[in-house]
This record gives sequence, structure tokens and C-alpha cells, in this order.
Amino acid sequence: MNEKQMTAPDSHYEQMIAEESVCTTENIVYEKPHTLTDTPFHYCPGCGHGVAHRLIAEVIEEMDIQEETIGVAPVGCSVFAYNYLNIDMSEAAHGRASAVATGIKRVLPEKYVFSYQGDGDLAAIGTAETIHTCNRGENILIIFINNGIYGMTGGQMAPTTLPNMKSTTSPFGRDTNSMGYPLKITELIAALPGTYYVTRQSVHKPLNVRKAKKAILNGFQYQKLNRGTCFVEIVSNCPSNWKMTPVESNKWLEDNMLPFYQLGDIKVPKEEIK
Amino acid sequence: MAKVKGDIIIDIEKCKGCELCVEACSQDSLTTSKKVNSKGYLYIVKIEDNCTGCTNCALVCPEGAITVYRKTANRKEQIAKITNVTKDMTITVNE
Repeated sequence: MNEKQMTAPDSHYEQMIAEESVCTTENIVYEKPHTLTDTPFHYCPGCGHGVAHRLIAEVIEEMDIQEETIGVAPVGCSVFAYNYLNIDMSEAAHGRASAVATGIKRVLPEKYVFSYQGDGDLAAIGTAETIHTCNRGENILIIFINNGIYGMTGGQMAPTTLPNMKSTTSPFGRDTNSMGYPLKITELIAALPGTYYVTRQSVHKPLNVRKAKKAILNGFQYQKLNRGTCFVEIVSNCPSNWKMTPVESNKWLEDNMLPFYQLGDIKVPKEEIK
Repeated sequence: MAKVKGDIIIDIEKCKGCELCVEACSQDSLTTSKKVNSKGYLYIVKIEDNCTGCTNCALVCPEGAITVYRKTANRKEQIAKITNVTKDMTITVNE
């Protein structure tokens, strides 16, 4: 008797939940792309790398080019990017991702090739490779994650660190007299005639995430035109090394990073504007 | 106004409790739970039943842990499918 009393209401609730539930397959409006593997990210909570990975996977899935895409992973926090994206990936030496991507694209010109690099990889040790790749006008997409600090090695000062921003190697803030000014590599590259599409986006708010996805989509689509390098910078956060919570770090990013690294398209192809 | 009903499912084993979705939710229907998952993170749970399925939480989630569902009550039903239409045909629909 007791068992019946226990079980009867439960089944009743289950039926009610099943009738009212909207969680059915035909009602799905957003889910994790299947190009992203089920491996949990090793990134810190709130890190923008996860969003950037997911956007790349979404774009690849929308264009249905999973079999025709080759990515190049860098050295840095995103060194294990090949574990998360279910496409052909290669690992490059520190800073040389764009050089490796050049080689892959020249051997396999019909494939979509992209390199995924952080600010230590692209703007510090790999400056020469990046600038010369863009100057040669290789038909690759370079995705550049800029969080203004060296994340993997423990929060040292990067070339993109803002003036007066504290890091472990600039504990009193970045002094521009002795340490120089932040490097706006995206503006540098936009001046080169080899580049075709240069833009800067961020992933701290839903609206910006949608814009960043559109920029990555453009970068992939322009590769078929063979007009030059596409470069997408994504301004991101680093809650661990900025010593903030993820929500605070996004607020700090909006207040401090975005006035210096202004969002928007820096170089847009003229004939492609619709 | 058509009543929009949405719902989300959070993969609590993937969630790292960064609270970015709590900040992004326009309906304030998410909060941090008092329990931890197997990795020791305080995961996010949905407490209010006012979700509209706007996908804001899923867009900002760095782990891709949120699946969003949406159902509109007054969805227009497809009555018939017209094929093989030529220029000399006239079609009238009674309402």
C-alpha cells in the first residue's frame, strides 16, 4: 500500500512533464555543433577561447566543409585546439602557425586552411611569419585571439598588454617609457596590400558573438576568391591572469580593452559589399 | 501576441559555473546551484519558468553546454503543397 502511494504521484508528474515539455528535437533552436567534439575544454571558466572554438565549428558545419578544412593549432593556451575540433588539424612550432598554413595551402590549394593563434604566438614570437604571410597574400584565414596577456605561462606582459596594465613582469603597470606601447598588429596588417579582409571583433556579449561568427564566415568564404589573406582578430578575456571573475573580466574588457582595440571592420573588400 | 515558450537544458558536467549566462539572460531565470558537479564547480541551474528561448545564454557559454528549445503556440500550418504550376493556371484560396 505504501509503495503504491509512493509511486502513483510520481508517474502522474512524469506524464504532466512529458506533455508540457518543449524539449523535443524539432524545437531545438541552438545546440552545440557536432564539429566540436565532446571533449571538455581545458580552458579556465569564462575563457573566450571556448566561444571562438564553437564559432569556428559552427561556421564549418554551416558551410558543410568538414572534410575540406585544415586547421593549424598554435602554441599557447589553445595548443590543444586539435582535440576539440573534429577536422584535420596540424600543430606548428611556436609562432609559425601561419607559415605552416602557407605550406599546407600551397600543396592543397582547393582546401580551406586556417590558423588559430593567440597574442603571444602571433604578435610576439611570430611577428615576422605573420607579416610576411600577409605580405605574400596567402589565401588563408588567420584567427587571432587577443587577450592582452600571456595566459599559458602565467600572466606575463604581452606585446598587446595595455599601458598601465599590471602583469607578473610589469607589477607596477606597463610603463610605456621603458616597455614600449601596445602593438596594434591588426592595423599594421591592414596596411599591407596582400590582405583582403581585416576585422576586429569580440565575444563578450551575445550581439558581439553573432558579429564574430559573421566575420569568421566571411573569412572562410573569401578564401575561394583567391584574393589574399583574411585576418580576424577576436578581443577576448583572461579571467585567471587578470585576477578577476569572468563577469568582472568582461566588464573590464568593455571598459578598458575596447576603447583601445576598437571593434569593427578595418579593411573590407570593396566589390563584395552588398 | 503569440505566446513563445522556451526551455534550456544545461549539461551540468560540462558547466564550469562562470556565470556568463546568468549575466546574459534577459529573463533572470538562471542562478548558481548550491551543489557541485564531479569537477567541483558550482554549476548553473534554471529556476524560473519564463524562458523565451532567445539563445543568449547558449551564445556566450564558453563550454557549449547549453541546448535551447523554443516553441511558438500559433504556428501557421501548411495546408497543401502546390506543385506543377504553369502560367495559365489560376489559384484561389478561400479563407
